[in-house]
Amino acid sequence: MLKIDRRLISSFDWVTLGVVLFICIIGILTIYSATRPPLDEGEQPPFYVKQLIWLIIAIIALCVFITFDYIKLKDFWLIFYITGILLLIIVLFTGKTAMGAKRWINLGFFSFQPSEIFKIIFIISISAFLEDKQSPLSIKDTLKTLLIFGIIPFLLIVKQPDLGTAILILTITFIMIIYKGLRTRLMILILAILIISVFFLWEILWEGLKEYQKNRLIAFIDPNIDPKGIGYNIMQSVITVGSGGLFGKGFLEGTQGPLKFLPERHTDFIFPIFAEEWGFIGCLILLSLYFTFFIRCFQTSIIAKNNFGKLLALGFTSIFILYFFINIGMTLGIMPVVGIPLPFMSYGGTTLLANFIGIALVINVRMRRFELFYP
Amino acid sequence: MKIKNRIFIGIIFLIFIIILLRLWQLQILNTEKYKKLAEQNRIRIIKIPAPRGIIYDRNGIPLVENIPSFAALISPEYIDKVDVNLLAKILNISTEDLQKKFKKKSESIYMPIRIKEDLTFKEIAMLEARRSEIPGLIIETEIKRYYPFGPATAHLLGYLGKITEQQIKNNPQYQNLPSYFLVGQTGLEKIFDDKLIGIPGEKIIEVDALGRELRLIKEAPPVKGEDIYLTIDALLQEAAYKAFEGHAGAFVALKPDTGEILSLLSSPSFDPNIFVEGVSGTYWNELINNSQNPLLNRAIQGLYAPGSTFKIITAIAGLEEGVVTPDRILANCTGGISFGTWTFGCWKKEGHGPVNLIRALIESCDVYFYELGRILGIGKIYKYATLLGLGNSTGFSSEEKSGLVPDEEWKKKIKKTSWFLGDTFNTAIGQGFLKVTPLQMANVMATMVNGGTKITLYIIRGTEPYKENLNLNPKNLEIIKDALSGVVNEPNGTASSARSYMIKFGGKTGTVQVVSKKLKEKVSYKNIEHHAWFIGFAPVEKPEIAFSVIVEHGGSGGAVAAPVAKNILEGYILKKRQLNVKN
Repeated sequence: MLKIDRRLISSFDWVTLGVVLFICIIGILTIYSATRPPLDEGEQPPFYVKQLIWLIIAIIALCVFITFDYIKLKDFWLIFYITGILLLIIVLFTGKTAMGAKRWINLGFFSFQPSEIFKIIFIISISAFLEDKQSPLSIKDTLKTLLIFGIIPFLLIVKQPDLGTAILILTITFIMIIYKGLRTRLMILILAILIISVFFLWEILWEGLKEYQKNRLIAFIDPNIDPKGIGYNIMQSVITVGSGGLFGKGFLEGTQGPLKFLPERHTDFIFPIFAEEWGFIGCLILLSLYFTFFIRCFQTSIIAKNNFGKLLALGFTSIFILYFFINIGMTLGIMPVVGIPLPFMSYGGTTLLANFIGIALVINVRMRRFELFYP
Repeated sequence: MKIKNRIFIGIIFLIFIIILLRLWQLQILNTEKYKKLAEQNRIRIIKIPAPRGIIYDRNGIPLVENIPSFAALISPEYIDKVDVNLLAKILNISTEDLQKKFKKKSESIYMPIRIKEDLTFKEIAMLEARRSEIPGLIIETEIKRYYPFGPATAHLLGYLGKITEQQIKNNPQYQNLPSYFLVGQTGLEKIFDDKLIGIPGEKIIEVDALGRELRLIKEAPPVKGEDIYLTIDALLQEAAYKAFEGHAGAFVALKPDTGEILSLLSSPSFDPNIFVEGVSGTYWNELINNSQNPLLNRAIQGLYAPGSTFKIITAIAGLEEGVVTPDRILANCTGGISFGTWTFGCWKKEGHGPVNLIRALIESCDVYFYELGRILGIGKIYKYATLLGLGNSTGFSSEEKSGLVPDEEWKKKIKKTSWFLGDTFNTAIGQGFLKVTPLQMANVMATMVNGGTKITLYIIRGTEPYKENLNLNPKNLEIIKDALSGVVNEPNGTASSARSYMIKFGGKTGTVQVVSKKLKEKVSYKNIEHHAWFIGFAPVEKPEIAFSVIVEHGGSGGAVAAPVAKNILEGYILKKRQLNVKN
């Protein structure tokens, strides 16, 4: 039986959970608004109900993931990581193709995105791997980390192809390495190599991109080139946000979503739907919630009692911030369109579950910051 | 706090500041622009064509009507799901044509694509029955222009077509109309388009991204165009059309004392009902490539030498100038006169013998008019020809041709040679450089029989025409009128074979040489036959109608054009009687 320490409950991080749940509720309401049929067509599956069910599942998962001491995860990192890599390989061969990319594994009763599961495994593993390495990292350790946690998953995810997630994983690897401490000379060297390779390999990289990826980049640079074609998503997204004005059109009063002018309105482009209906004021409130959440998570990283906890919290904080920034930036037309959801708001079961496991681990770290000894 | 923690928190701050600035820019600074764009997304303004005005003839018979028609359209989002072969089979069009239409799409990617217009009831029934296999099918009720008299009024009324870019440029009223609107392209439909077109209605509709119409926000119904009442007599028009079957040419009839146009016919014609909503490619090509040029409105645009019908003008010039009297024998016709090395023949090779003005008109003696022309000189002939309206458009339509009356000055300027007596001879008998339209000749006839008043011709009932008394001696006009009656009603008249026992009419025949006689003997195609003219009036006692008939390459005026005139007049009278019996 689990013994639950009274102190654990008293130091439970209600703020983080509360803020996240609040964002989730806003998300479900926005999903409802975005997918409400303009007339009583009744043909749409109720996305908001599905998301609500997933939220409950996610909360249950959260409860499970705070019951044990996160330290235990450290011992299994290698098994986790190998499993994660295997999942990525499996999806390449047996994956279900959706919109030109293989990202899903079908288990018969439901299908899930292994890259979502992989994100959690990845952060646990890299945190465990880096924990007892000396700081700043030696060249050998740096290269090892880069290879195992950077290059290998990057190539596997790029192959799906899911360039967005791949770059994200690589970025997290860099953040973790830099956080752990990097020798100045090494840092300059890596930067130089990166810049030079981008400079020389630009054409090869460009040619290597899929057609839709190229289009997204072109559209990002100038959405006016072809407003009905590749730039359409960006144009419509910016219109949706801008038309909200200061106070917004009001809940369920938005037109861009239900009339389907905005594509992916309940997934990647959920933020414009919210911005249209709640305006600048609403956005300010929503951003404050996210801000509170990020700062709180990062605070956990600072006050964690050990390096593993610190890295774990930092990893999850970073991934949430990156998702957040890339998604919002994309909807505001200041980032290229990459299919990355907005954490806790975008419709999507696996993502929500994975994100909640992530928060569970962050809360776990915070809860157990006073336990000085390994039980 | 460690420096890297500060940097990390700094980065979080920076991210939020970037997002907030961008939100400020979009939602506060430029929100009006984006609100407008969002509205433009969901609001579609559809202009609804107004029913066009009806055009009536002088007796209230509609010459064009608005009738309902049905068009098949497909919503673009369903293109991939449509059973193309089935649709092509039902609508009797080729699969390739259908695919082409699908690919082309309409101006907006959300606008339904027109597949076929003017569906038959059978097609509608078949489409409805197979609806499940043709998703996205829309059958739209539209108003179609229908011309009950078909080809008989085709040139007169003209036809509709989609607005051309040129028209949008030239007419400010067309500027806000969508390009699928139909406007008058020729004829009265064009001339009076501003009246007929009415005020288009407007439907403001909320649409979704697929272009589906969700709800009507506002609607302004269209206002029907003004009706137009013409001076045209539909029965006369129809009688003329029948009489011209198999002939190329034109017929114009006027009411001599008012200037009303009773009939304008050009033959061969086309079926304007096929033109409605865009003519099919094959029919259009047929018309364009037809050597007889059915699209040309010969009544106002056909230019011909007037031939002997011009002798009326030479004659009135002679009488008015006092150089001849009706009885004076001016020439002894021996079949021609020689002048230097040139011989000017009379159409009657054996000659007319000694002729006075009356006989010269009745028997159309060329030699008499050579002599009269010589006495008058080109100046006087020019004076009376232009006085009677030749060489100038009648002002009835901008599409009209003005023709040509030559004089010395013109010849020097254009032909760069001086005027010869031979030119005067040719002009005096209506050959040479003279060019006239059937409308002008009918107008000459009208002036001759209404007491010498030149009237601006008009086609809209109730128009106050401009009348100009030419101060011609009524006695002289009477002399010519009598002689013209003789042309038809006396046994030696050139049109005696066309004499009618139903109505006594008079007139003047004309035969226009298309090529020289020598050449004619070498080749014998139909298009080197003479043009046959007959201009006349009826009834002789109190003329109610003045008209002109030209039959291209018909042969002689007396043998061809005058009988056509007779057929028209008799056909009209019979039709009138028939209607009276019915009533």
